[in-house]
Amino acid sequence: MLPGHTACLGCGATIAMRYVLKALGKNTILSIPACCWAVIPGVYPHRTLDVPLLYTAFEVTGAAISGIREALNALGKEDVNVVGFAGDGGTADIGLQALSGAVERGHNIFYIMYDNEAYMNTGIQRSGSTPMGAWTTTTPGGKKRMYKWEPKKSVAEIMVAHNIPYVATATIAYPEDLIAKIKKAKEIKGPKFIQILSPCPTGWRHSPDKTVEISRLAVQTNMFPLYEVVNGTYRITVKPKNPKPIKEYLRLQGRFRHLTDEEIEMIQREVDKRWKELLKKERCSNED
Amino acid sequence: MVKMILTGNESAAWGARLSRPKVIAAYPITPQTSIIETIAEFIANGEMDARYIRVESEHSAMAACIAAQNTGVRTFTATSAHGLTLMHELLIWASGARLPIVMSVVNRAMAPPWSVWTDQLDSMAQRDTGWMQIYTENNQEVLDSIIISYKVGEKHHILLPTMVMEDAFILSHTSEPVDVPEQKMVDDFLGEYEPAFKLDPDDPAGFGSLIMPEGPYMEFRYKMALAMDAAREEIRKVSQEFGEVFGRYYPGLVEEYRTEDADAIMLVLGTIGSTAKDVVDRMREKGKKVGLARVRYFRPFPFEEIREIAKKADMLGVVDRSYTFGYGANLYAETKSVLYGHSDVPVKNYVMGLGGRDITPEIVEKVFDDMLKIAREGQVDREIEWVGLHGDERWS
Repeated sequence: MLPGHTACLGCGATIAMRYVLKALGKNTILSIPACCWAVIPGVYPHRTLDVPLLYTAFEVTGAAISGIREALNALGKEDVNVVGFAGDGGTADIGLQALSGAVERGHNIFYIMYDNEAYMNTGIQRSGSTPMGAWTTTTPGGKKRMYKWEPKKSVAEIMVAHNIPYVATATIAYPEDLIAKIKKAKEIKGPKFIQILSPCPTGWRHSPDKTVEISRLAVQTNMFPLYEVVNGTYRITVKPKNPKPIKEYLRLQGRFRHLTDEEIEMIQREVDKRWKELLKKERCSNED
Repeated sequence: MVKMILTGNESAAWGARLSRPKVIAAYPITPQTSIIETIAEFIANGEMDARYIRVESEHSAMAACIAAQNTGVRTFTATSAHGLTLMHELLIWASGARLPIVMSVVNRAMAPPWSVWTDQLDSMAQRDTGWMQIYTENNQEVLDSIIISYKVGEKHHILLPTMVMEDAFILSHTSEPVDVPEQKMVDDFLGEYEPAFKLDPDDPAGFGSLIMPEGPYMEFRYKMALAMDAAREEIRKVSQEFGEVFGRYYPGLVEEYRTEDADAIMLVLGTIGSTAKDVVDRMREKGKKVGLARVRYFRPFPFEEIREIAKKADMLGVVDRSYTFGYGANLYAETKSVLYGHSDVPVKNYVMGLGGRDITPEIVEKVFDDMLKIAREGQVDREIEWVGLHGDERWS
């Protein structure tokens, strides 16, 4: 990355990109659909990314990286990393079909979902990856308490169901973990999917200096567990010894400010349930 | 050169094979499917060296072609009707990105109601996407047009994609003798693909980034407009070069048939052309002076040719196998548009053959008779007429 990006102060997705490129190196081609990162590199002719970059339509990242990969292979350039770098809307919602097709076909590609849990570039609208209880501009609460009450869609688990060689979650507060996962993925041939939780001060309504702290709390409260799935075998890479109550994570963010104690309790139960499921998956997939 | 008995779709597959695209991205849809099946067999048998991406939709097919072509290789895909309209967003992307992709389009009716038979609304609805459009008349033209389209589109002052149309079933599933050129001749004619730009880690560049209103967005679009205009001359030139190498001379943007001294000239797109030529011959024998202009390229639009054709006759009848709901079908509207201020010749629109309804020589002859009547009287009875509707005694 070169200086001069146009992201908001405290943008988690920008830190995510920096770590991803650090781990991958220069022999990399990026494809970015409509999302915050379609704007962050700068306005034509400026560009903060010192790797080739193909901007694409919102829903086509999976297809675009398939095309780049196969063209490179046809040209004998099999060593170049091909990376799709897309937001949660472009991945969990509008781009899910193209992603599913791409990973099922087994291309040697990276797909990075930087997850800021809503359509942030268009101004904070609910996506399938928005967490339970969150305020967004299309779940604005109001008299009817119309917040996002449905559970967050687990794209990583959808990817696991595609039987691909590498699936992982990561977040920017754990850079060693994140970089290690990218480097591990680099050694694996086939489709690699990595979901990076990337706090968004603008959309999550938190102070820009809290980005890393909130990212860390997401892991320490089990809101966003860090794990990897290699050929179907789960490994939780950061296991909080005594998970903190999710309230500590929620209270730092304006998007959860409206939640009542009962609602927080409901979300806590959902988080506990998912964590237990993950522990079970880790145990079962490691059994003979 | 080898003579083979090929369907239109097999001819398209051969056109692609001989042009040596390195990446094919394809999704099945009737009546296009046998193009991508034939290509799959070529690749499976080692007769064609290309990466074949079996995408999960036509939208992804075009997205993958765009990305692959932007990485520096020739690409090919094929589609029809709903597949083509699903691609719409990315068709505009492909031309805006100045990528000379070539795609076969088998013209099929749009639902509802479901119809897999021929109708040109699918590609007419892509008129403004910035793609060149060629409508073919026979299987030989299908094969040859694919090769010619790569040659024209890849010129660095053009850099525009092309869709090569065939009428569903009338060409796609009908066999004809086709001359299949030798690979070496096509290789020499086309040459290696030389991208004007590409994604390359050794020379990193960004493609398609954000542009503010004061940035060169408008200039990029203007350059596309100039390229599309320049394509007219390039099409004429490459058609001539193709004729010199392969012995088949295509008449540029419009094919005229017995238009000299005609009282009335019919303008058509696609396979109606060969039916109409036959009818022209029969009517000429009876002393009726009719002629035909088969518009091969709808984009770029052959305005010069059509203005010349208008000088030759007392009346033009424009046949459209699609309709633009609002007023008049596309070929008619555009013909009138380019004649305005240049010609007072009466022009009438005949809307025919939608949803694959057969256009027989008998009905074409009736249309010609109607045109001759208008030519004699000097004015049209009505500007737009739907021909052959159920219960309409006039055309039955």
